[in-house]
Amino acid sequence: MIKVEDLHKSFNGVDVLKGVSLEVEQGELLALIGRSGYGKSVLLKHVAGLLRPDRGRVLVEDQDMCRLRGRELIRVRNRLGFLFQSGALFDSMTVLDNVAFPLREKTRLSQQEIREKVMVELEQVGLLGSEEKYPSQISGGMVKRASLARALIGEPEIMLIDEPTTGLDPLTGHTILNLIDTCHKRLRFSGIVVTHEVPKIFEIVNKVVMLHDGRVIFAGTPEEILSSEDETVQTFVAAGAEWLTHDAACHPPMLDRGKKNIHAF
Amino acid sequence: MRRRGIKASLREKSLEFITKIGKGAVRQILKMGRMGIFLAKSISCCATPPIKVSLVLKQIQFIGYQSLLVIFLTGAFTGMVLGYQGFNTLSRFGSDAFLGPMVGLSLIKEMGPVISALMVTGRAGSSITAEIGIMRISEQIDALQLMGLSPYRYLVAPNFIAAIISVPLLTAIFDVVGIFGGYLIGVKLLGVSSGVYFGEMMSYVEMEDVLEGLFKSLNFGLIIAWVCCFKGYYTGYYTGFGAEGVSTATTQAVVLSSVLILVWDYFLTSTQLFV
Repeated sequence: MIKVEDLHKSFNGVDVLKGVSLEVEQGELLALIGRSGYGKSVLLKHVAGLLRPDRGRVLVEDQDMCRLRGRELIRVRNRLGFLFQSGALFDSMTVLDNVAFPLREKTRLSQQEIREKVMVELEQVGLLGSEEKYPSQISGGMVKRASLARALIGEPEIMLIDEPTTGLDPLTGHTILNLIDTCHKRLRFSGIVVTHEVPKIFEIVNKVVMLHDGRVIFAGTPEEILSSEDETVQTFVAAGAEWLTHDAACHPPMLDRGKKNIHAF
Repeated sequence: MRRRGIKASLREKSLEFITKIGKGAVRQILKMGRMGIFLAKSISCCATPPIKVSLVLKQIQFIGYQSLLVIFLTGAFTGMVLGYQGFNTLSRFGSDAFLGPMVGLSLIKEMGPVISALMVTGRAGSSITAEIGIMRISEQIDALQLMGLSPYRYLVAPNFIAAIISVPLLTAIFDVVGIFGGYLIGVKLLGVSSGVYFGEMMSYVEMEDVLEGLFKSLNFGLIIAWVCCFKGYYTGYYTGFGAEGVSTATTQAVVLSSVLILVWDYFLTSTQLFV
């Protein structure tokens, strides 16, 4: 479904991605983890065709996103949903208008049908009652949920989710992740979630890729990452898990090992 | 040995200097190329369906209707100043009867199109840049693109069409108000005959002059939309990100639009004179 091959990207002479490769199969959800500033969001924007790589390619259903232009690019993007880190809601529109916008512009549904569909979607994300509010009048968590509703309203086959929990309190963050899980099970989309929400994210994804210094240092299942011997992986996961109790999802021996390395960060 | 070292260092420094100039020149050429492509894409979106009529009307309301007050005020005072200065100058040669044509031609051919365009740049152009710039830095433009929708069609083309329609209309209003401003001073205050003021104006002001002024204002409308939308759209590419980036882009848009309006006015005037 999504295939990234040897992706290189630099900004002003600084190498951000140094040959990243990964693959997401049909219906699979992949967690892209790693420290801030190591190119996760940049990679996601390449998959969406918002950035062009210096080298390498991004295939979405065997179509090279780096070479697509015009109508072909629009055709691929019509099957894609993107949840921005900032939400990227149109600030001059209400929540309802934001969620309805893709339907109004891309379908021939009547206003009544659109409204009904939007209300169903808003109910799914728990935003009923806030539909007439503007993005500036709602909380960060509600912006994320409204943005998720807008991304999902067209029932995308591919979802790209950029740090859905950043800036939210842990409880709201977990609610958003559970919501993503529910939507994934309902719509069976393939997707990539960029997140720091470790180890909670391991409960909802099929695959984990960790980026470090512009390279993939781990690719495998959530179970495999929890038993990884790699010091950087251990430390990162332990850093994320250190707030959790020992009976949480994290592997206790790994937690101990990681804690020893945490000072190196 | 020491002299050779100084020579090498001088050569290095001059090479560095030339490289810097070269890089700057290449950057400017690339930017101009990008501006050209932006203009071509915008015009193609204006000329091909679907055109977002509701957005165009909204922008006409914003660029045109909401600029009316400032156009009335500037038009009236420009006409009044022209009335005073024209009368003072012409009366030295005993030609104060030509006050009407002087005010009319000055306003219709030059001052109307230029001052209206400058006013619209300051009032509406800066807002257009700021609005599109904020949409750029808050990823709203990316969101539009990822929905498979063209930002040119939604954000840029409505501004182009609205500016091309609004600026000539505002110029026409500016001209009329200015002529009455000149009338107020020349006729009511300084004693020029009303019949002479309008009669001479009708004899000397041709339809071609009116069309020339409107053609200029149409060009200026295009320049305002082009520069202001471009600066907003590329906020973060040529300016910093964040609030500072938007403010820099807005300043640059107003300055560049104003300069281009005056330069293009010269070109249009000079070519029309030679025809």
